[in-house]
Amino acid sequence: MSSKDQLAVKNLHVGFQNKKSFTKIIDGINFSVKKGETLCIVGESGCGKSLTSLSIMGLLPKTGKVSEGEILFDGQDLTGLNEKQMSKIRGNEISMIFQEPMTSLNPVHKIGWQISESIVLHQKLSKKQAEEKAIDMLKLVGIPSPDKRIHQYPHELSGGMRQRVMIAMALSCNPKLLIADEPTTALDVTIQAQILELMNKLKTELHMSIIMITHDLGVVSEIADKVLVMYAGKVVEYSDVKTLFANPQHPYTQGLIESIPKLNEEQDELPIIKGSVPSPDEMPKGCRFSTRCPYATNACFNEVPPMISGEAGHQVHCWKYTECWEIVEKEGLIDAGMRETAAASQLIGS
Amino acid sequence: MVSFILRRLGLMVVILFIVSVIIFSLVNVLPGDPALLKLGQEASPEAVEKLRIEMGLNDPLYVQYFNWISNVIQGDLGRSYIDNTAVTEILKQKIPVTLQLTVISFFVAILIALPAGIISASRKGTLWDYSSTLFALSGVSIPPFFLGILLIFIFSIGLGWFPPSGYTPFWQDPMRSLMLMILPAITVGIRLSAELTRMLRSSLLEVLQSEYIRTGYAKGLREKGVIFKHALRNAMIPVITVSGLQVGSFLGGAVITETIFAVPGLGQLVVNSILTRDFPVVQGAVMFMAFAVVFINFTVDMLYSVLDPRIKLSGGAK
Ligand SMILES: Nc1ncnc2c1ncn2[C@@H]1O[C@H](COP(=O)(O)OP(=O)(O)OP(=O)(O)O)[C@@H](O)[C@H]1O
Ligand SMILES: [Mg+2]
Repeated sequence: MSSKDQLAVKNLHVGFQNKKSFTKIIDGINFSVKKGETLCIVGESGCGKSLTSLSIMGLLPKTGKVSEGEILFDGQDLTGLNEKQMSKIRGNEISMIFQEPMTSLNPVHKIGWQISESIVLHQKLSKKQAEEKAIDMLKLVGIPSPDKRIHQYPHELSGGMRQRVMIAMALSCNPKLLIADEPTTALDVTIQAQILELMNKLKTELHMSIIMITHDLGVVSEIADKVLVMYAGKVVEYSDVKTLFANPQHPYTQGLIESIPKLNEEQDELPIIKGSVPSPDEMPKGCRFSTRCPYATNACFNEVPPMISGEAGHQVHCWKYTECWEIVEKEGLIDAGMRETAAASQLIGS
Repeated sequence: MVSFILRRLGLMVVILFIVSVIIFSLVNVLPGDPALLKLGQEASPEAVEKLRIEMGLNDPLYVQYFNWISNVIQGDLGRSYIDNTAVTEILKQKIPVTLQLTVISFFVAILIALPAGIISASRKGTLWDYSSTLFALSGVSIPPFFLGILLIFIFSIGLGWFPPSGYTPFWQDPMRSLMLMILPAITVGIRLSAELTRMLRSSLLEVLQSEYIRTGYAKGLREKGVIFKHALRNAMIPVITVSGLQVGSFLGGAVITETIFAVPGLGQLVVNSILTRDFPVVQGAVMFMAFAVVFINFTVDMLYSVLDPRIKLSGGAK
């Protein structure tokens, strides 16, 4: 871990405990976010993006549990903290914005009260000062006549306005890390663009790190420094944003990028990734994407692919880029020696 | 707001009118002749007939109704057939008794239901939760006469903490008045508290699933802050509805409880007046109850808009 890492997630495993068994959903993911950097997590619905962010916040549902791994925030492992210690970090040093702006604000309290609440909580300001800060925050996120808005209730605001309020609330204590879980999915395109622009602006002004969760690659290209591509609870590719778009390696990432509609090209039909995500209990032993991968061989079904590193920290988890791929492809079998060469493979051309 | 109140007042008048017609008809189809009851079984048919004419009992029903209702509107509920006291005077004595019982019962209910509901929702699936569910279940299913007798048995006869029955007006001897009211208030209040506990538990559990609750935690609030500042107010809305309905019915008098504890309230009054065919008293008392229920519903509606800003008390369609 480099000293400039704001957050480093190491070998994180998250799952749900029901009466009899433990269902693992997130299976050993790694990533880090530097100070002032934006990481986007992409992947299709259900791959565990929200669980990852809720694990960082320590807000997993009651049955959810981090079963293994570390979440280092400023070098401190959050998984070891108790509720009281976590509550001092939440809303203060790490803030989160949720997917649903319409329902994430309490309908029975005024906007101003809701923003001041965390300011009073963490910064020990008086009600009056907190209210002034709330007005400043609303101004910062571009809400007109904030001194009137603070006296309104959430239902009197549009979806875009409410998401701005959520952002104002999240930023009110100058967090070091902002986690935004699909903050714009519920909003229409123009509002979406405004919110993204706002987040970019605030990021530079306040010098914070952002983890942005999305399944929209358009959003990624606008806001990300680094991208983590997840598939069924695992990382498939991890790279800086330019490299990823210029040179996607994993067949899943390639599929995602190809399925972005392009205006200047004649396309009869958008290529889509065929099939659907396997459920946790019928996960293939090997690469989780193998059931849908056009290149999959026998080996892919049975052996977990090694991580291949390339230039500038580009990482991909795929047999295709190992040095023994030709043999793997031909024979569909892997022996111990090949496993070793595979693990030492370098990603070329990235 | 003003138009909402006017609309509701109009509605109240209509409801009370309909209720008055129904009460009047029902009371008048009761078997038994008030004139005969007043004079006693040995009275001569002539005397009875004379009294019937005097009392207006031979007039067509709609004339009788009209006479009665036009007096009611002027605040005159008529006079008791039995001892000729004004019905308003009788009610003036009985209403404070029932009101006192209602207020204390409601207080008891809230005092139990708030903590029990909150604890069982926030500690769902624990011993706390099961105990309060058990309490709620028994509270709802235990018949008031049984609970009343049980309480007298334990706390008056056994422990001697409270006098077993009777009534003293509050202004005469506040302490004794309260002591006398506690057991009946528990008898009535337990039932309501059980119902409210159940309501509050389920409503809180639902509210605690909301996204804004997660937002509360994400802000750095602890469980207590989240429940008291964010969940409770939202969860109270259905609880208020049930409370309103129940308090309305308490004002109708808790007949059984009043009988067991010899509390001279409205419930007893109505039962006794029906037995003696004292029609004006029955009609007056029931009219008051109807008024009380309508009034409480109105209050509940006003409370909604205080609790939930999304509910606007506007003149438009709801
Ligand atoms: N409370 C829960 N109990 C059991 N399983 C759960 C629970 N919440 C989520 N899951 C499972 O965890 C997986 C990952 O969920 P998660 O919400 O992280 O997905 P996501 O990547 O955020 O998807 P989306 O893009 O739809 O928001 C899902 O397959 C889901 O079935
Ligand atoms: Mg999600």
